[in-house]
Amino acid sequence: MVNTDLKIGWSRAEMAQKVALDIPDGSYVNLGIGIPEMVADFVPEGRELIYQTENGLLGMGPVPEEGKGDRELVNAGKKYVTAIPGAAYFHHADSFGMIRGGHIDICVLGAMQVSKKGDLANWSTGAKNSVPAVGGAMDLVAGVKRIFVITQHVTKHGDPKIVDACSFPLTGKKVVECVYTNLAILDIKKEGLFVREMGPNVDFDYLQELTGTKLNQYVKTQV
Amino acid sequence: MINKIVSSAAEAVREIHDGAVVMVGGFGAAGSPIELIHALIDQGAKDLTIISNNTGSGHVGLAALIENRQVAKTICSFPRTANSKVFPELYHAGEIELELVPQGTLAERIRAGGAGIPAFYTPASVNTPLAIGKESRVFNGQEYVLEYGIKADYALVKAETADRYGNLLYHATARNFGPIMCTASKVAIVQTKKVIEPGQIDPETVITPGIFVQKVIEINNPADESQLVEDEMSYPW
Repeated sequence: MVNTDLKIGWSRAEMAQKVALDIPDGSYVNLGIGIPEMVADFVPEGRELIYQTENGLLGMGPVPEEGKGDRELVNAGKKYVTAIPGAAYFHHADSFGMIRGGHIDICVLGAMQVSKKGDLANWSTGAKNSVPAVGGAMDLVAGVKRIFVITQHVTKHGDPKIVDACSFPLTGKKVVECVYTNLAILDIKKEGLFVREMGPNVDFDYLQELTGTKLNQYVKTQV
Repeated sequence: MINKIVSSAAEAVREIHDGAVVMVGGFGAAGSPIELIHALIDQGAKDLTIISNNTGSGHVGLAALIENRQVAKTICSFPRTANSKVFPELYHAGEIELELVPQGTLAERIRAGGAGIPAFYTPASVNTPLAIGKESRVFNGQEYVLEYGIKADYALVKAETADRYGNLLYHATARNFGPIMCTASKVAIVQTKKVIEPGQIDPETVITPGIFVQKVIEINNPADESQLVEDEMSYPW
């Protein structure tokens, strides 16, 4: 019998916290729109990160108090933000020079699909009835040194998002380094997709069942 | 004497002709030159090609220009926002053309256009549908696609502070595409919150040097586009 009270996997906040733990002190970081934005709430004490938002701010600070936002100080999701002491504003060509030029250390993005080889699809389902919109995602995956993905393990309909090959149009090929889902943390390696950590009450067989490609376990070395 | 200050938004946009290519600054509402766009709606030029990151929200600003059927084509990276209704409707009806460009590629195409660079290679969009039909080349083992610089007849840009030479300062993230659009257009038309005397802007802090600007119109209290959208306003009022 299934115990429905049993918590399976991580909450969105816990996922964001897992990502935050893996961002080294001193990193320049670009956070995508949605769950990635939550990562900023969980930076461990003692670490200093600088956030870049591609619409033209390095040193993005927290969301302002209700009603105190500057209408012309927004992030890439067009939400009001603040600028930290020591922040810098710049135009779009400089901003994407930072991104494409390899100056940003880590970018955390959402995903529609990620393949076992690290291909990312996160801008379009290819559906004919939607207006295509890409924003900066293709520039980010092409230029930022390390790409982390944070996403639910399966879609709302229960379809796997971690797959052999993406069926949706790609954002970039072989660009993702690791994936943080509500069920597990996965490392994308040349040898395949490896499970680094599983969430509460998730076992390997269950995880494999909800994944559209073969998962591998790290071999534990005896000390 | 050089004096780029004009007396009204209507005068600033008067010469924009049918079929013109017009760059429009702004990232969503931040930096959107809404008074200049509304003056262009009043002026009525048609068959415009608009180069802008977005396609406007609600029924004001860029969305109103599109709704008024003055735009034949948009070159854009993110043609929908939470409140964009006008563009999606016309797009689905096949009544407006869209050239979708990654945001960084759009910025670099504008920068290149203004800097006399006809084309460049970028890694963005390689192996994606947006690279289909584009020339590519391998440098140091990595593939890049060829993208072309773009120029415009006009740019509509919002600044914070200007002088009569056209030197500009911007405010926060309203800067976004403004500086590069000024460089890539034959006639850069700027609305600014205030005009001050030459010399009052520290030369060390000038963001857009005046050579890139042709017309400046002072608009002390520009409309708050986000508020107009929230209030469901439509232009013409």
